Amino acid sequence: MIEVKNLRKEFDGEIVLDNINASFQNGMVNMIIGKSGSGKTVLLKCLVGLLSPTSGEIRYDGKNFVGLKSKEVRRLRRDIGMLFQGAALFDSRTVLENVMFPLDMFSRKNRRERKKRAEFCLERVNLLEAANLYPSEISGGMKKRAAIARAIALNPKYLFCDEPNSGLDPKTSQLIDELIHDLTKDFSMTTIVVSHDMNSVINIGDKVIFINEGVKEWEGNKTEVMGTDNEKLNDFVFASDLFKKIKEAEEEKG
Amino acid sequence: MSFISSIENVGEYALLMKKVLTIPDRMSEFLKEFIKGVFFLGVNSIWIVVIISFFIGAVIVLQIALNIDSPMLPRFTVGMVSREIILLEFSSTIMCLILAGKVGSNVASEIGTMRITEQIDALDIMGVNSANYLIFPKIASFVAFMPVLVIFSMFTGLSGGYIICLVLGTPSVETYVYGIQAFFRESFIWYSIAKSMVFGFIIASVAAYFGYTAKGGALEVGQASTNSVVINSVLILVCDLVFTQLVLG
Repeated sequence: MIEVKNLRKEFDGEIVLDNINASFQNGMVNMIIGKSGSGKTVLLKCLVGLLSPTSGEIRYDGKNFVGLKSKEVRRLRRDIGMLFQGAALFDSRTVLENVMFPLDMFSRKNRRERKKRAEFCLERVNLLEAANLYPSEISGGMKKRAAIARAIALNPKYLFCDEPNSGLDPKTSQLIDELIHDLTKDFSMTTIVVSHDMNSVINIGDKVIFINEGVKEWEGNKTEVMGTDNEKLNDFVFASDLFKKIKEAEEEKG
Repeated sequence: MSFISSIENVGEYALLMKKVLTIPDRMSEFLKEFIKGVFFLGVNSIWIVVIISFFIGAVIVLQIALNIDSPMLPRFTVGMVSREIILLEFSSTIMCLILAGKVGSNVASEIGTMRITEQIDALDIMGVNSANYLIFPKIASFVAFMPVLVIFSMFTGLSGGYIICLVLGTPSVETYVYGIQAFFRESFIWYSIAKSMVFGFIIASVAAYFGYTAKGGALEVGQASTNSVVINSVLILVCDLVFTQLVLG
């Protein structure tokens, strides 16, 4: 479980996140949603320690992540898997080598076992056939799947996903969503997904946090998000014509 | 670049080197990267070192032969002076200025691209000391291969002079060979190698610093690469002046 208490982040005096309080449970897909520039990616980067918060606490299973020494941070990060917006695969390594990389660095298993584990992860994301291809030779969706395989290679407790569906077609987006959801349940991970894609929220959002202008505006789940009275959230959710029409149809049904 | 930001850069560089110069997480991975570095940064630079050294060596001999034309000076002076220039300055300092362009821009753009495509963030999230993993093998391999490049440069530079003597006959090949052996001090070779190893460290580490701290997009990676070449060139020249005064002065 990850807990965030009174988190604040400023850049050159400008407040980007203010007084964020939230908890993210095990075995659940926790979604952080919000408009572009609302501070959700900054929150994610604070959670994984790529940015240090101006004040506040981030507790991983009770242990405060803020203020840890760099060696302790590195140790804790071995329990973290992360899917980046652009996948962030290493260009000079094949897909299999990318997935094997964290195992090569930290696993005590021998090479054959490490390869077996990497192939298992690739099979889990249905990408074994691309194992020997380089990132430049595969599609955007395959890159995301390879990055997920790499993220789960060390069997992490926490999985972070930054805009996992950006740049993907709706069908591939759905596949990625389902994969994130299934892996979260199978491995009982604490998963945090940053997204502005409402389809993902409806598909997999066990818990949803809405960030608006750096402040937590709303918290609930995927069923509550469609029927909320919060105006700002409504503006965000029903900005899409599709969702507007769904809401109108539901209202007509009574 | 203002004075304050220059001071900040020096501080950032020092902090980065503190992260870089630590024991690698996995020695086997370090060795893999070290061998890659030897090949890509060192072996791949041999051809440019050989070509440039050969022609510059020939030009040095030609220029000296044309300009030292005095009955007061023996003709073997041409070989002797050429040798001192090639051993003491050309094969270490000038070669390193050229390598600052080739290797420095390569390192800065490679690491800079990894930074802007979040590959370095991915390493950090995995719990890898990204600075140590990416930069240390490059510095170590380049510094370790530097003596080989310097020796290649010395040999081909002097060979260029030999060929020009053979073709033009002035001075004669025998006089040139006598000149390059006359009053020879072995310590100059060691001095040159040691100096180039320091320059090798500067080239790889400064370029890596600019790449590692790159922000933005492709344009900024290009700027990081250019900055690394400019700063490396200035640092090499300043250090050369200091070393020459300290060691030979």
